[in-house]
Amino acid sequence: MSNGLKIALGRRYRFAASHRLHSGKLSETENCRVYGKCNNPYGHGHNYTLEVHVSGKVDPATGMIVNLTDLDGFVERIVIEAFDHKSLNEEVEVFRERVPTTENLCIEVFERLKHFPLARLERVRVEETSNNAFEYAGEEI
Amino acid sequence: MTRKIEFSASHLYHNPALSAEENQRIFGKCNNPHGHGHNYTLEVTVAGEPDPVTGMVLDLKELKEILEREITQRMDHRFLNYEVPELKGQIPTCENIVRVIWNLLEPRITQGRLHKVRLYETGDLFAECYRNGATHA
Repeated sequence: MSNGLKIALGRRYRFAASHRLHSGKLSETENCRVYGKCNNPYGHGHNYTLEVHVSGKVDPATGMIVNLTDLDGFVERIVIEAFDHKSLNEEVEVFRERVPTTENLCIEVFERLKHFPLARLERVRVEETSNNAFEYAGEEI
Repeated sequence: MTRKIEFSASHLYHNPALSAEENQRIFGKCNNPHGHGHNYTLEVTVAGEPDPVTGMVLDLKELKEILEREITQRMDHRFLNYEVPELKGQIPTCENIVRVIWNLLEPRITQGRLHKVRLYETGDLFAECYRNGATHA
């Protein structure tokens, strides 16, 4: 940006999903010890909030880094439709192998959104509850 | 340290260089010629070493006065397109307003340094301004 200033846009989205924290690499006892209630074999759910930060040049004609219609449409299609009202373990391919902690969910969301063609993805923040939040800004951080 | 203030203002998005149809296509509801309003929330973060005597980066009273003078008096209960000269010729999007706010505040913060400004237009939409290379926090 001009005079060394950077402008980023943040947008919040919501989805609800279920998961179970269980690692195939650990014994039943260890899983229970590590994940506690989250290891319940039937799973449980959260209302997740996703915060997406993008940056880029502010187009003087529109005053925008990106038109929200385009950002919303992309996030909706790539993330929300894939995760909302789904079982993360059963219905999102990557979590068949990987434990769907919110750390891993953050990474997966970032990997999906980093291909957004109209602005640079700065970072994502996923709030599992209002008390637990996780952020990921790509590998270089 | 981060201080939060709120102000309410109206605006509309319209670029006179574009046709009425293009304005409508790009800006949608925000192109309504009568304007519309938001309750904005502004978060201003000042960074620096706490003064060894006072334990403060910047006296909060001073920051409150700067925000009142520079932002609240200028923008609260105003029509941003017509009443804020710093926004003249710009579409008053969150991105543009946050840059104007940065430019108004930065020279006024003489103790510590302005680290980040975040402006919420709604709870789900905000823009941030910070110096390139500043550690994001």
